[in-house]
Amino acid sequence: MRYRRRASPLHAARAAAGGAWCAALAAAALAAQHPIVLAALALTVLAGAAGAGVLREVARTAAWMVPWALVIALVNVLVVREGLTVLARVGEVPPFGQVDLTLEALVYGLLFGLRLLVVAAAFALFTVAVDPDDLLRLMRRVSVRSALAATLATRLVPVLASDARRIEEARRCRADRGGDGAAARLAVLRAVAGGALDRALDVAATLEVRGYGTARRGAVGARPWSRHDLAFAGSATAIALLTIVARTAPIAPFEPYPLIEAGGAGSAVALGVALALVALVPFTSRRGIA
Amino acid sequence: MSLSATAPVLELDRVTYTYAGATAPSLRDVSLAVAEGEFVVLAGRSAGGKSTMLRAASGLVPHFHGGTFAGEVRVGGLDTREHGPAEVARIAGSLFQDPEAQVVLTTVRAELAFPLENRGHGAAAVARGVEEAALALGIAHLLDRATNELSGGELQRVALGAALAGRPRLVLLDEPTSQLDPVAGDELIWLLRRLNEEWGTTIVLAEHRLERCLPAADRVVVLADGAIACDAPPPDFLAWAADASPELQTPVARMFHGAGIAPAPTGVKEARRALRARGVDLDPAEPADGDTSAPSRPGRRERRAAALVFDGVWHERRGGATVLRAVDLAIAPGERVALMGRNGAGKSTLLRHAAGLMAPSRGTVTAAGRVALLLQDPNDYLLHERVGDEASAEALAAVGLEHLVDRHPHDLSGGQRQRLALAIVLDSPQPAAVIGLDEPTRGMDRAAKAALAHRLNAFAAGGAAVVVATHDPEFAAEVADRIVLLADGRPIADGPAASVLAGGWYFATETARVTGGRALLPDAGAAVLRGREVAAP
Repeated sequence: MRYRRRASPLHAARAAAGGAWCAALAAAALAAQHPIVLAALALTVLAGAAGAGVLREVARTAAWMVPWALVIALVNVLVVREGLTVLARVGEVPPFGQVDLTLEALVYGLLFGLRLLVVAAAFALFTVAVDPDDLLRLMRRVSVRSALAATLATRLVPVLASDARRIEEARRCRADRGGDGAAARLAVLRAVAGGALDRALDVAATLEVRGYGTARRGAVGARPWSRHDLAFAGSATAIALLTIVARTAPIAPFEPYPLIEAGGAGSAVALGVALALVALVPFTSRRGIA
Repeated sequence: MSLSATAPVLELDRVTYTYAGATAPSLRDVSLAVAEGEFVVLAGRSAGGKSTMLRAASGLVPHFHGGTFAGEVRVGGLDTREHGPAEVARIAGSLFQDPEAQVVLTTVRAELAFPLENRGHGAAAVARGVEEAALALGIAHLLDRATNELSGGELQRVALGAALAGRPRLVLLDEPTSQLDPVAGDELIWLLRRLNEEWGTTIVLAEHRLERCLPAADRVVVLADGAIACDAPPPDFLAWAADASPELQTPVARMFHGAGIAPAPTGVKEARRALRARGVDLDPAEPADGDTSAPSRPGRRERRAAALVFDGVWHERRGGATVLRAVDLAIAPGERVALMGRNGAGKSTLLRHAAGLMAPSRGTVTAAGRVALLLQDPNDYLLHERVGDEASAEALAAVGLEHLVDRHPHDLSGGQRQRLALAIVLDSPQPAAVIGLDEPTRGMDRAAKAALAHRLNAFAAGGAAVVVATHDPEFAAEVADRIVLLADGRPIADGPAASVLAGGWYFATETARVTGGRALLPDAGAAVLRGREVAAP
């Protein structure tokens, strides 16, 4: 999974605008409480990915996150003692102790998993559709002096993706195949995560010796804002404002414990539609995207 | 004006450095001065301190790696204790081993522009700097390519271009040819030589394959256990190495030493001149009647008895290039085969097909049993926290690591990690019918290569077919009795090592070039010279 320039409004937008738009969607997902709003955000991210021509890549990440989301839901059901609607009394289960499976814990776990899935999909969209070179220049202009921070922000995902591919190949070459099914995937994940900082340091060292740390603020001439820059920056601002208003008003509230209490479905649908509309408007203009 | 009369562009004064968490220093009281315009080669066994010295010269040590630092490093007058790597980069361009970790932007043009932009150059100066670096390195045609589409050799050139953009006075290189085929490796050394001779750029180059760079070098500095063991011009270094550190001798120096001829030559041209002066003219040997190395389709009987058979194997990438084209090969049990060819010729793809990591788009691959494949980076095989958890006691004993079961795999040396990876792929009750290795000598010193060759020969003696993809003709000559030379996805030569490695320009050992193909390795070459009764000039 790596960035490749495509003819799409999101690719045509500068990194500051595209990155802010993806970050706004992720922040909206983290702030959203109501399942309808979260579902609307999930669909919005996928629609945005389709508009950017990277649906396959983003959907793959989302699909990869589904088992993790289910695991989170399961763990939540097992460990959370809150919730009054008991679905089943399991009894004593080490190491969890007395376990009562409640509807509230199940719903909250599923919502948490969905939230994680939307955030991961937004991050995947950022990785494949926001120009990392432009982002690096942006970080230089705003005086981010740490090469390691720059690396983590712009290069780590593609580097780790390529590491994961190699380690997975090596695993298949092992006589024991590194274990079976999920155990094997976990071993690869652990190995990739274990080497992440080393790899980030390698790339950060390169940035240092290319003079990144002494970059002069605003050294490169300013580029005029295009229609796509303005559209995505405006959309990101609108998403952020809607999110803040929805949290503070509150619009479409949702309380999972002790009993599920949800605001009116109408307000949740309205908020979801509003978020989707302001997020997807920038994709309607396809002038100058090549 | 002698070189030593000019001001040093790099000075190390009593530098001692220990990495954070390490128990022993990687540099011990090192003092060195490199004059403007010098071409200095850093030599020594693995973990001797070469990379650390280069990182100290680039300012990464201690600023980036931390640890305990004593002494003083001055680069173009800048004290690295006060100036970080980014400031030192204005004087010194750096190129390290792994090209993938050194190319940080998505297009070649952006990569070359990046260091210039960091220095605050205007758009016109950046455009000119990019153009000049691209022309100097012969990569102008790559400027608008995506960096993730480039081969290892191309990536290394682009990384060198980024290091040279802005024309630094000093270029620091850490084994830049370790991932390159002989053609690309030689081209890179020639390029450095040109930079040094035509533009006066000072070069400090760490390299294991000294035969490549000695002819261009003014000085060789040998590091052993973090200290300078020898600092001399190439002929004096070779004289020193003959007694003090024979594993650092170049193949042709070893051949001369074995034949009792002194002084040792620094390269093929000097060797031939020295032999001619002694009345020995080793013109290229006439090829035997009939071309014994022309590839041919193996017969039915040969295929039936083989440990590994490629039968008309094609690999055509979906929407991409054709990597293998109708490859027919049969490899017998116990046979030792080296796959050679330029980067992108199809060697790694062929090995991946053998191990079942890739499926042919046409044709079939058949193995008589399990195929154990060791890919390029042994670190990729390490999934556990303890050596003993990675492989069984028997497998560890087979590679000589039984005494390290409780160590963390990442605490092992490079050579030990490779042996551990070999144990991991061989660790099965079902013995491997085929053992494949992809570029196993990357970054290895000569002693480690000899140990690996010995181990592979033992596996072959046990009945396993050994297939090694390598860029190293000396290692191929040492380990293989058959060479398959690939180009553009198909074999263009397939025959005994003595035939294939004797007559090529690039895919030939240094000994073969001097002896006109009469011998491949130094000991045999020395015997040839002794047979000619070389007289004193």
